[in-house]
Amino acid sequence: MKEEIVIAGFGGQGVLSMGKILAYSGLMEDKEVTWMPSYGPEQRGGTANVTVILSDSRISSPVLNTYDTAVVLNQQSLDKFESKVKPGGVLIYDSYGIHMPPARTDIRIYQIEAMEATFELKNAKAFNMIVLGALLKVKPMVSIESVIKALKKTLPERHHHLIPMNEEALKMGMSLIKE
Amino acid sequence: MKGNEALAHAAIRYGADGYFGYPITPQSEVLEVLEEQRPWETTGMVVLQAESELAAINMVYGGAACGKVVFTSSSSPGISLMQEGISYIAASEVPALIVNVMRGGPGLGTIHPSQADYFQAVKGGGHGDYHLIVLAPSSVQEMCDFMWLGWDLAFKYRTPAMLLADGLVGQMMEKVVLPEPRPRRTEEQVREQCPWAINGRKGMRPRNVITSLELVDEIMEQNNLRFQRTYREIEKNEVRYETIDTEDCDYLFVAFGSMARICQKVMEIAREEGIKIGLLRPITLWPFPSQQIKEAAKNVKGIMVVELSAGQMIEDVKLAVECNVDVKHYGRFGGIVPTPEEVLDALKKQFAINK
Repeated sequence: MKEEIVIAGFGGQGVLSMGKILAYSGLMEDKEVTWMPSYGPEQRGGTANVTVILSDSRISSPVLNTYDTAVVLNQQSLDKFESKVKPGGVLIYDSYGIHMPPARTDIRIYQIEAMEATFELKNAKAFNMIVLGALLKVKPMVSIESVIKALKKTLPERHHHLIPMNEEALKMGMSLIKE
Repeated sequence: MKGNEALAHAAIRYGADGYFGYPITPQSEVLEVLEEQRPWETTGMVVLQAESELAAINMVYGGAACGKVVFTSSSSPGISLMQEGISYIAASEVPALIVNVMRGGPGLGTIHPSQADYFQAVKGGGHGDYHLIVLAPSSVQEMCDFMWLGWDLAFKYRTPAMLLADGLVGQMMEKVVLPEPRPRRTEEQVREQCPWAINGRKGMRPRNVITSLELVDEIMEQNNLRFQRTYREIEKNEVRYETIDTEDCDYLFVAFGSMARICQKVMEIAREEGIKIGLLRPITLWPFPSQQIKEAAKNVKGIMVVELSAGQMIEDVKLAVECNVDVKHYGRFGGIVPTPEEVLDALKKQFAINK
């Protein structure tokens, strides 16, 4: 098993931390993982993206040209990464603020309304976990249990009471995917 | 964890006595993690943010002269500022570890990954006839492991060692197995292992002097001859490298650090297209694995040196094969990292491969 994923959006949307939780979840299942951010000034308000690779064997390059799965959360990221999904791959995008939807026909495209869902949950901070839930519904590369374990590992103890809320967000994200 | 974080944890677990540094992207996490871990409360390790890189490297010099396990970390422009101190440390024959998480230059340049400090690291950097043992990690695990190796070698040969990483390995997160923590050496152990150190003679031994100054030319030449003997010894014993698929390859990549990782992906793609590429990854950039490159290049049609620079290590590769093999170069610079496809296209173009 090898899964090459890019997650892209605005800085502040939780793109990097979503990737980090995904990578840690892979670690909980004894997979090899890499997490490679685009870092630097562009994180502050501009676009941010992160490449996450989960694999059963040693991972070569953390830098990729094409991806099995792209999760894009704004128009700029969609423009940049739509063409970089491998044929047969998956593109998940949040419809909020998208005026030019993806047009490729050789990949599986899922439109989700994660931003809308945060209004329903009354919690804007749950956005990235909703998106992660949607991703895991389409591509169950790690189990929800592993994600919860990863959250326990990465969150400081004082934030552990937020884990049930995160779990709820994950489940809501999963329910956003309609085949 | 991130490569930079692994460095900090590795240092505490090695039983390091002190860190002296000044923050600079892309390695600021080293100081951040050390401050967060508060090792002064557990192992007694000193963590100090100096007022400048000059101060930091001279604090390292001072600690090293006392036989302490000390290090500093910085990125390209900061390392340039430290060169005077590094030359002094080499001339004083004291062990120290210097970490350079390289970024795009020259000048203040960018904050993104680069490997353009190769010349500075392996050919001197500071003034005078000296060498650093230069280790090039290509994974987060190696960021951790080479801290230990770096100090082991520095103490074995009483010479400064450098970890030459780049922003990519520093910022990337991967799985890492941290070694079991060791206690810091006691004062008695330091006296036993470093009889040359300046830590108070207490009437027990003759005075130790640590200096790089010697105004009698004849003695200074003798000092230089001694340094050179040490370097020959290091060249004989400490060459480290990794080879992948070099047995039956038609083309050979020579790349270090993060570029070696990207080259492995290129090899995976190329193999599907029927192009056989091998990789020789120098782990010690000094001493350089010249003999091993010559050996691996015996039956290849060509070598491509891939670097995040305009072409620095290529000079050592050409010397290694004595220009008997066609050696090409591919590099991106200024903080740009090429994708695997880009590197493969460059190989095909340079060697006119039609596949």
